[in-house]
Amino acid sequence: MTKPATAPSGPPSGDAPPGDAEPGGSPAQPQSSPHAVPVARSARRFGDLLFSGAATLAGLSIVVTLAAVFLFLIGQGFPAFTADAEDLPGEQNFAAYVAPLLFGTVWAAVIALVVAAPLAIGIALFISHYAPRRLAQGLGYLVDLLAAVPSVVYGAWGIVFLAPHAVPVYRWLERYFGWLPFFDGPTSATGRTMLTAGLVLAVMILPIMTAINREVFLQTPRLLEEAAMALGATRWETIRMTVLPFGRSGIISAGMLGLGRALGETLAVAMVLSATDVITVNVISSTNPATIAANIALDFPDSSGLAVDALIASGLVLFALTFVVNYIARVIVARRREFSGANA
Amino acid sequence: MTAPAQPAPAAVRSSLAGRSLPAWAPWTIVGVAIAVGLLAGVSTGLNVALGIVLGVLVALVAVPAVSTVVEGGRRARDRLATLLVTLAFALALLPLLSVLITVVDNGTARFDATFLTDDMRGVVGEGGGALHAIVGTLEITAAATLISVPIGVLCAVYLVEYGGGRWLARAITLLVDVMTGVPSIVAGLFAYALFSIFFGPGIRFGIGGAVALSVLMIPVVIRSVEEMLKLVPNELREAAYALGVPKWLTVVRVVLRTAAAGIATGVTIAISRVIGETAPLLIIAGATTRTNYDIFDGRMETLPIFTYQSLMNPGARPEFGVDRAWAAALTLIIIVMLLNLVARLISRFFSLPSGR
Repeated sequence: MTKPATAPSGPPSGDAPPGDAEPGGSPAQPQSSPHAVPVARSARRFGDLLFSGAATLAGLSIVVTLAAVFLFLIGQGFPAFTADAEDLPGEQNFAAYVAPLLFGTVWAAVIALVVAAPLAIGIALFISHYAPRRLAQGLGYLVDLLAAVPSVVYGAWGIVFLAPHAVPVYRWLERYFGWLPFFDGPTSATGRTMLTAGLVLAVMILPIMTAINREVFLQTPRLLEEAAMALGATRWETIRMTVLPFGRSGIISAGMLGLGRALGETLAVAMVLSATDVITVNVISSTNPATIAANIALDFPDSSGLAVDALIASGLVLFALTFVVNYIARVIVARRREFSGANA
Repeated sequence: MTAPAQPAPAAVRSSLAGRSLPAWAPWTIVGVAIAVGLLAGVSTGLNVALGIVLGVLVALVAVPAVSTVVEGGRRARDRLATLLVTLAFALALLPLLSVLITVVDNGTARFDATFLTDDMRGVVGEGGGALHAIVGTLEITAAATLISVPIGVLCAVYLVEYGGGRWLARAITLLVDVMTGVPSIVAGLFAYALFSIFFGPGIRFGIGGAVALSVLMIPVVIRSVEEMLKLVPNELREAAYALGVPKWLTVVRVVLRTAAAGIATGVTIAISRVIGETAPLLIIAGATTRTNYDIFDGRMETLPIFTYQSLMNPGARPEFGVDRAWAAALTLIIIVMLLNLVARLISRFFSLPSGR
C-alpha cells in the first residue's frame, strides 16, 4: 500500500487505516514510495477500489435481502389483510384465520423449549466440565450431528418411531395426570399429537442450544473456578457458584435462539402433527392446532389466488415473530460480548 | 521398625479428608441398578425400555442416598449432579441413534441400483427410483452454493478486513446473526413472492429454490468464513503490507489463502445444512416425476421433497412408496454425513500449520 510509514503496525482486523478502508477515501500520501511507477499505482488503487467496493456491496446485500424479504412478503400478502372474510380460506377474516396457527406455533415451540433447555444445559456442562478432556471435542461433534439430520427425516422418524412408542406414555399421562388441562385426553391413537411434535422440535433445537451454552460455559474465567475449588467446593458447587451465574445471559439467549428455530421449523411439524384449527392446550389428544409454517407447507402446493396471499401473509407474521425473538437473543449475546471481555 | 509410625499419617489424613466413596462405587451402583431394571423388564414381560428407565430412576435415588450416608449431603448433591449431567448427554444420543437406526433399517430395502438410476415417470407400484430427485438436489444445491459462496466470502471479508467495528459492520454482523434464524419456509415464500412478480403466480422452477436456499446459506457461510479470517494472524497481513502489496492483493493472496482450508470446511458444512431443506423447495421448486435437468425451466424434484411426498402420499400401492421414501431418506443422510466427513477431513489435512 502507499502508507507503510504512517501505519507501522499494519491494519489489523479491528482498525484499518481510513484511507484503505474507504473506497472513495482521501488521496493517500503521494511521497511514500518514490520508485513506484504511476501506472502500477493507479492499477493498485483501482484493484483496491474494486475489491473493497465489492466487499461492501456484499455486506450491504445482507441488509437489502432482509429488507426485501419483508417488502416482498408485505407486497404479496397485503391483499389478505384487507380481503373480505368470505374470500379467505375458512371464510373468516385474516386475524381469525391466523390466530389458532399463531397459538399452535408458539405452543409447540414452548413445549420444545421446556424439554430442550435443561437438556441442553446438561449436555453443555457434560462436554465442558465433566467429560474427559480428550473426548470432549468428539462428543461435541456427536451432538452437532443431530443438526445435520434433515428435518424431513425427523418428520419421518416422528411418524414411524416416536409417535407409536409415545402412545403408551400418553395413556399413562392421561390416567394419572388427566386432571391437568394439558393431559386431559382422549389420547390420540396414532400418537401424532402436539407433545410428539414438541419432542421432535426439542431434538432439533438441542444442537444449537448446546453449542451456545457450551461456548459460554467454556468462557467462565478459570480463576473464578479455581478460587471456588480452592475453598473446598465440590464440582457441582463450583459450577453453581461460577459457571452458571457467569453464563446466565448466554443460557437465556441460547433459549431464545432455540425458540426461534422451533417457531420456524416446518416439515417435521407438518408431518408429525395431525392438525385442525382449534385452540387448545391439550397436548395428547388428536385435535391439535397447526403451526404457521406447517400450515403453509401443507396448503401452499394446492392453493391459488387469495389463499396464496393469505399463506404469504401468515408467513410474514411468522417472519416478524422469529425476527423479534432472534433479534432479542442476538442483542443479549452481543451485549455480553462487549462487556464480559472474555472472548478476545 | 517402621510399623508403629505407619498408621499415624493415614489416620491424620482420614480425619482431615473425611470418608469418601471409592471411585468405582457410584458407577457400579448405576450399572447394577440398570441391569436389575433390565432384568425386571425382560423377566416380567414388561417393556425393556421401561425397565431401563426404572433402573436409571433407582440409580438416581440410590447413589445420592449411599453418598449421603457415607460422605454427607454436599458430596451427595455433587454426585447427583454428575449423574444428571451424564444422563442428559445420554438422552441426547438416544434420538440420534434412533433416527439413524430407523432410517438404515427401513431404507436398505429399496436402496439399490435401480433406485439410483431410474426416475418415477409412469411408475405406479413397484420399481421406480430417485434419479430425478438426486439430479434436482445436486443442481439446486450447486446453484445455491454458486450464489452464496461469493457473496458470503466477500461479506465476511468486508466485516473482518474493511468494516473495522464501524456501525455498518456492527449492524451487518447483527443482521447476519438474525438472518441465520430466518425460517426456511419464509425463505421459500420470499423466493416465490420475488419470482411471481416477474413470471406470474404459480411459478415453480429450480433456480427459485436455489435463491431460497441461498437466503438460508449465506449467513452460515459468512459466520464460518468470518471466524476463519479472524484466525489469520495479523503478522501475515503486516508482512504483506511491508512488502508493498496492495490491500486487496493481501486479502486475496495472503488472508484468503491462509484461511482457505477453513473456508472450504465452512462451505461444506453450509452445504450440508441446506441440502436437506424441504420447505422452501416445496414452495418454489415444486415436485415432478420426470428427470428435469434444466434448472431454469419447469418443476424440479429433490430428495427431501421425494421423501416427504412418497411418505405422505405413497400412491396406489403404499408399501412401495413408503420403501422408496425411506431409501430417499437414507440417500439424503448418506450425502449429508459424507459432506460432514469431507469437511472434517479438509480441516484436518489441508489447514496450514499454525501456532494455535
